[in-house]
Amino acid sequence: MIGASESTGVAEVVQVSGWFIENVWLVPIIPAIAFFLIIFFGKKLPMKGSELGILSMLASLFLSAMAVWQWIDGVNSAPEGSFMAPVVKTWTWWSTGGVDFTIGQHIDGLSLTVLIVVAFISSLVQIYSVEYLHGDRRYTHFFAALTLFSAGMMNMVIADNMLQLILGWEIMGLCSFLLIGHWWEDGANSRAALKAFFTTRTGDVGLLVGTSVLFFAANEWTQTNLGVSGFSIRGISAWALSGSPSSAAITVAAVALFIAAIGKSGQFPLHTWLPDAMAGPTPVSSLLHSSTMVVAGVFLVARLYPVFWEGLNITGSSFNFIVVIGGITILIAAALAFVQNDIKKVLAYSTVSQLGYMMMGLGAGAWLPAVFHIFTHAFFKACLFLAAGSISHSASHHSFDMKKDMGGLRKFMPITFTTWIISTLALCGVFPLSGFFSKDEIIDNVGNNGYTLFMVIGLTGAFMTAAYMTRATYLTFFGTPRGAAAGEHHDDDHATDHAHDDHDSHDAHDVHDAHASHDAHASHGPRESGPLITIPLVILATLAIGAGFLNATPFGPGWENMKKWVEPSGAVVSVTGVNEVYGGAGESRIVLTVPSAAEGYGSPCGKETPKDGICYAPSLTHAKFKWSKGALSLAIVFAGILVSWFLSVQLFERKNRALAGLTKRNKLLGAGHAFLVNKYYLDHLYEKVIVRAIAHPIARGAYWINQNILDGIVNGTGTSIRSTSKWVYRNVDQRVVDGAVNSSGAAAQGAGSALRPIQSGKVNQYGALLFGAAAIGALVLVIINT
Amino acid sequence: MLLNQFLFLGAVLFCIGVYGVITRRNAVMVLMSVELILNSVNINLIAFALRNGSADGHVFALYVIAVAAAEVGVGLAMVLLVYRNRRSIALDELAEMKG
Repeated sequence: MIGASESTGVAEVVQVSGWFIENVWLVPIIPAIAFFLIIFFGKKLPMKGSELGILSMLASLFLSAMAVWQWIDGVNSAPEGSFMAPVVKTWTWWSTGGVDFTIGQHIDGLSLTVLIVVAFISSLVQIYSVEYLHGDRRYTHFFAALTLFSAGMMNMVIADNMLQLILGWEIMGLCSFLLIGHWWEDGANSRAALKAFFTTRTGDVGLLVGTSVLFFAANEWTQTNLGVSGFSIRGISAWALSGSPSSAAITVAAVALFIAAIGKSGQFPLHTWLPDAMAGPTPVSSLLHSSTMVVAGVFLVARLYPVFWEGLNITGSSFNFIVVIGGITILIAAALAFVQNDIKKVLAYSTVSQLGYMMMGLGAGAWLPAVFHIFTHAFFKACLFLAAGSISHSASHHSFDMKKDMGGLRKFMPITFTTWIISTLALCGVFPLSGFFSKDEIIDNVGNNGYTLFMVIGLTGAFMTAAYMTRATYLTFFGTPRGAAAGEHHDDDHATDHAHDDHDSHDAHDVHDAHASHDAHASHGPRESGPLITIPLVILATLAIGAGFLNATPFGPGWENMKKWVEPSGAVVSVTGVNEVYGGAGESRIVLTVPSAAEGYGSPCGKETPKDGICYAPSLTHAKFKWSKGALSLAIVFAGILVSWFLSVQLFERKNRALAGLTKRNKLLGAGHAFLVNKYYLDHLYEKVIVRAIAHPIARGAYWINQNILDGIVNGTGTSIRSTSKWVYRNVDQRVVDGAVNSSGAAAQGAGSALRPIQSGKVNQYGALLFGAAAIGALVLVIINT
Repeated sequence: MLLNQFLFLGAVLFCIGVYGVITRRNAVMVLMSVELILNSVNINLIAFALRNGSADGHVFALYVIAVAAAEVGVGLAMVLLVYRNRRSIALDELAEMKG
C-alpha cells in the first residue's frame, strides 16, 4: 500500500483567503480580554462574571467556525490534490541579535480542527458550569480561570512559532493548577494541583530543551531559505524535511519534545498526575481531559510532525520511542481502570489510554487517524465526564464512588443514561459511532505501516476499553441502587475507607457547604439534572454519534472529508519569494509555487530529500479499509462488553461465590489486584524511592562534605585570617586608618565650631550674607573681565 | 541713550530691596523687598532688550513675573502659617535653626 496513493505531485499551490481565516488570531484574544474583565468586574455583574466567560467563548466559537468554513470552502473549490498553503500572519514581538521573535498565527487544517473543538467544548463546559457550580464561593474566579485556560490552549493551537506555543502551553499549566485546586481548602485537592503542576513541569524541561536545540540547529537554514527564524513552525517543518539537519540534533530535539508531550498528555511514566487531577470540579475534568490540556502534547507532536518523522525515523522502522510509550500507556492505563471505584478515575484512566492510542498512531505514521481521534475523543469523553458530573450533582449526593453511592440510576436519569451509553459505545468503538472510525483507523494504519506488534496492542486495548467501560456502566446504571443513589444520606465518613484513593468524596463536603442555600437537596433521592446540564450532554452525545462520519473510511473515498481538509500535502513546492508583504500590516507570506518538472517535481516528502524546493509535511500513507479487519475489531469489542457484563453481573449482583472475593483467596490474583490498586507503585517509586534515593543520600553526603571538608577549609582559612587580621588591626587599622579618620573628624569639628556663629537662624542675616557674597562675586567678575 | 537711566533706576530699586531684606523684622516687608529686587531685575532685562532690539528680554521678564507671583503665593502661605502658630510674624523670633 505504501506510496500507492501519493507521489503524483500537486496540481497547484492554493492560498486560502477571507477575513475570518486571516484574523484567527482574534480567537484567543477575546477570552484573554474576557479573563481580565471577569477578574476586575466579574463580581459586580448580575451573573457574577459567568456571562462574560460564556459570551467570549461563543464569540471565539463563532470566529473559529467561520474560519473553518472558509478553509473548507477554499479546499473544496481548489483543484484536486492542491497544496494548501498555511495562512500565516506574523508581527514582530521583539527583535534582538538579528533574530525577529514573532507572534502570529499559523492556520492550517490541524490548527483549525483543534481550535474548533476547543472553542466548542469550552462553550458547553462553561454553560454546564453555570448550574454545576451554582453558589460556589469562588464562582467568579472559576470562570476567570476557565476562560484564561481556553485562551491559553487557543493561543497554543494557532501559534506561528515555538515561543508563542510555549506561552500558551505554560498558561495552560498555570490554569490547570488553579482549576484542579479550585477547592483548595481540602489538602488532597491542593496536593493534586501541585502534583499536576510539578509533573507537567518535569516534562516542560523537555519542551525548553527541544525548542532551544531546534532553534540553534535550524535558524541558519530557515533564515537563508525562508527568511524566518528558527522558532517558526513552518521554518522548522521545512528544515526537518530538507535533508540538511544533522541526525543527532534532530533526534535530540524530537526526544526532548516528546518528553514534554509525555508530561502534558499523561503518557507513561508521567501519567500519574492525570487521575489525581480528578480532584478538580467535574467541568474542569471534562475540559482538561477531553479536548484541551491533555491533547496539547498530542497536538505538539502532530504540529511538529516532520521533526519526529525524521528524528525518530518513523517511516523506516517498526519500533520507536513514541510508539513504545503510546503502546505501554494504552495497556497500563486500561488495566488500572478496572480497579477504580471512583467513576471519574475510570474516565481519567480511559483518557490516558486513549491518549496512548493517539501517540501510538502518531508514532507509527498514522497522523490523520490520530488527529481525527483527538477530534472524536473530545466529544464523547467530554460527554462522559459531564454525565459523571450530572450523576454526582443530582443523584449520588456529590459522591463519585460507583460501588457505594450508585447503581440502578438508569430509571432516575434517562437523559444522562442515554447520553452515557452513546458515549460509552463511541469510546469502545462500536460501529457506526464516532470512536469506531477514528480508533479503528489508528489500529488499521499502525498495522499497515509495519508496526504489527502495536496493532495487536491496539486491539488488546480495544478489548480492555470495552470491558472496563461496561463494568463502570453496570456499576453506575444497573443493579440495585446503593448508598446515596438509594436515597441514603451519608457524607461524613467515606473518605476514611479509601486510603489509596485521594479523590473520592472530599468535594462532597465542599460543594455541600456551597449548596447550603437549598437544603432540600439532602432529603431527595436521585433525579434528573436541570436543562443547563442535560442540554450540553445531548449536544455532545449527538456529536459522539455523528462526528465519525466526517471521515468514514469504510464508505469509500467520498466520505474521507477530514483527510481532504486536514491532512497537509506531502509534496515538494518551490519557494519563489521570501517574506513578501501582502495586504495589511504583519501579513507576510513565503510565496510558494509548484516546481516545474525539471526541478525534482513530485518526489514525495519525508522519503526522499527534496532536490529543489521545500516540504512542509511528510507524505503519508493510508491503509485501505477492509470489512474483514473492521469485523475483527468489532468482534473484539463485543467480546469485551459481553465478558465484562457477565463478570459484573456475577460479581456485583449475584455475589457469585466462585468469583467474589477471589482476589482475597488467591494470592497471585490478590498480588495483581494490589499491584493495580497501588497504580503499579509508580507513586511510591516517585515519592518514596526516587525522591528519597536522590534527595536523602545527596543531602547526607552534602552534609558530610559540608562538615568535614568545607568546614575544615573554612576553619583553617578562618584561623589564619584571624591572626593576620589581628596584626592588621593593631598596626594598620588602629594607627594609620583610625589616625586619619580621627584627625579628619577633629578638623571637621574645629571647622564646624568656627562656622557655627554664622548659622544664627535669622533670615535677615542669611539674606545679608547672600547679598554680600553676591556682591563679592560681582566684584570678582568685574575685576576678572577688565 | 536712556539705558543709563534705566540701569540707574534698577540699581536703586535693587539697593532698596536688599536693604529691606536685611533690615526688616516683618516677614511681609521682607517679601515685598524681594519683589522689589525681582522688579529691578525686570527693568534691567527690558532695558537691555530695548537696546538689543530683541524680544528675548521681554519674554524673560514675563517669565520672571510669573515666577514671582508663584513665589509670593508660597511665601504668603508660609507667613500665614507662621502667624497662626506663633501669633507673630517677626523674623528675628524665628531662630529655631540656630546652629
